[in-house]
Amino acid sequence: MKEVRVLAASGVCGSGFREESLEEAMGRRPHFIGCDGGSTDPGPYPLGAGTTSFPAVSIKRDMRLMLLAARKAGIPLLIGSAGTAGGTPHVAAVRRIVEEIAREEGLSFPMAVIHAEQDKDYLKKRLREGRIKPLKPAPDFDEGVIDRAERIVGMMGEDPYLRALDKGAEVILAGRSSDCAIYAGIPVREGIPAGIAWHAAKILECGTASVEQRKSPDCLMATCRPDHFDVEPLDPSLRCTPQSIASHSLYENSDPYLHVESNGTIDLTASQYKALDTRRVRVTGSNFRPAETYTVKLEGSEKVGYQSVIVGGIRDPFIIRQIDDWVERLHARVHARVAEIYGGKLGRDKYFFNVRVYGKNGVMGALEPVKEITTHELCLLLEVTAPTQEIASAIASVTRHQALHLPIPEWSGLITGVACPYNPAYLERGAVYRFCVNHVVEPDDPYEMFPTEYVNVH
Amino acid sequence: MATIGELARLIRSKNAGPFVLTFDIMFADREVYERVKQSGALSREAVAARYNLPAADVQFFVCDNALAFKASIPRPFFQGDILDSDGHGGQQYAPLMDIEIPGQ
Repeated sequence: MKEVRVLAASGVCGSGFREESLEEAMGRRPHFIGCDGGSTDPGPYPLGAGTTSFPAVSIKRDMRLMLLAARKAGIPLLIGSAGTAGGTPHVAAVRRIVEEIAREEGLSFPMAVIHAEQDKDYLKKRLREGRIKPLKPAPDFDEGVIDRAERIVGMMGEDPYLRALDKGAEVILAGRSSDCAIYAGIPVREGIPAGIAWHAAKILECGTASVEQRKSPDCLMATCRPDHFDVEPLDPSLRCTPQSIASHSLYENSDPYLHVESNGTIDLTASQYKALDTRRVRVTGSNFRPAETYTVKLEGSEKVGYQSVIVGGIRDPFIIRQIDDWVERLHARVHARVAEIYGGKLGRDKYFFNVRVYGKNGVMGALEPVKEITTHELCLLLEVTAPTQEIASAIASVTRHQALHLPIPEWSGLITGVACPYNPAYLERGAVYRFCVNHVVEPDDPYEMFPTEYVNVH
Repeated sequence: MATIGELARLIRSKNAGPFVLTFDIMFADREVYERVKQSGALSREAVAARYNLPAADVQFFVCDNALAFKASIPRPFFQGDILDSDGHGGQQYAPLMDIEIPGQ
């Protein structure tokens, strides 16, 4: 019976895996090794700032082991969403790591570098053609958003990977990708039904997140056959159970049964999970419904400004019992003082002042159902976001002074009502970003958004 | 009477992408799961009430093979926005814990 053995080295390149697990996996002769390097989970900052979420040293550790194993076995290594966000600087950073390792280890191989950062003129053209559509929920999207965005990436499907393999690449370093596409492309091309291959990919892309009790990130292997796939962890102390595998389709997905990809939807409604033994699970019945229109999801990040933050504590029960009113009065004082200092040169719409009250609703904000608090102390974060770091810190300094001495009716005379643990009282957070896109593009083909470079690494 | 927090093996919240918040309520054995399911206490409407949302904004799923219930809601602020308070969405499930399930 035809089978394709797929190895996921880890859930994220840089988060780690056991060297023994990789060795165990290689003994089972996988047809290829995959690993994704990113996600939106670290937030809009890495995408906007062009930085990686895991440090270069941890990416290099994982990459070295994967490269050595793949080269020794003569099988392809597919890395997607390189460097967290998969934009141009992220791919470049991971490419440098790969080249360093090749030099250090004396490796040489043909590599494809697939780019996912989008050309702004291309996006504007597709927008004008009505071929960029919102997902739900989506922020407003127009040419201004495209111009303001620090960076927009497209999430590639499996086709750019398969084309790179056809052209002889043995290592593929790709920008932002569907995590599943890394794992599903090769099995589908080898004749595994799409439902089986894409469901296996969905499980693989998180590494050992689908085991019963994950101790740390590690390798996971799936064997895909024409009517099922078997999944098992390589660490002998980990177990996959029917419930752990079924439950994994819930994690970080809004819908536990349907997962939308560029070329269709993975449908797990009829999936069946059976224990093969105490640590392996067999999955049958998964389906894949091809899409009528091929789409590529966009992710974009826009700089909001620069932030300075004061951490402060309150212990006075008089202030605590009137904290909402106190915060409101502080807002008024800060805005009045900023107007005095900057004259008309820094309007209210040019900076943003926000107060979080931990001990009340700091964690849940408007979703917090508990309205009455009985705590004896509160933690405040006083946040200023402004066009430059200098302005943010100037307003934070003003805020510190206003907050410290904000009067309350219960006391007469000058009070000092906030305890500041840090000196200076504010922390400079640097640039802050926000996600500005939740849309898909309808391209002419699966390749046009993902230009590929072919290089010989040695 | 018992609360879902006492009966579940895991209640968690997490981002499902930067724009959606999702909740998983998972059980260790089928008997307890069926008791919760039969009670009807955990529903789209119950989740909507806990988060003060219209029921139409809540996606709700009953997952027999995972012994789990799942709900997804739009994030109050997108992940990482300057008013967002929970970048990974990991600490938003507490209001579900004290939903009461009749019987024993």
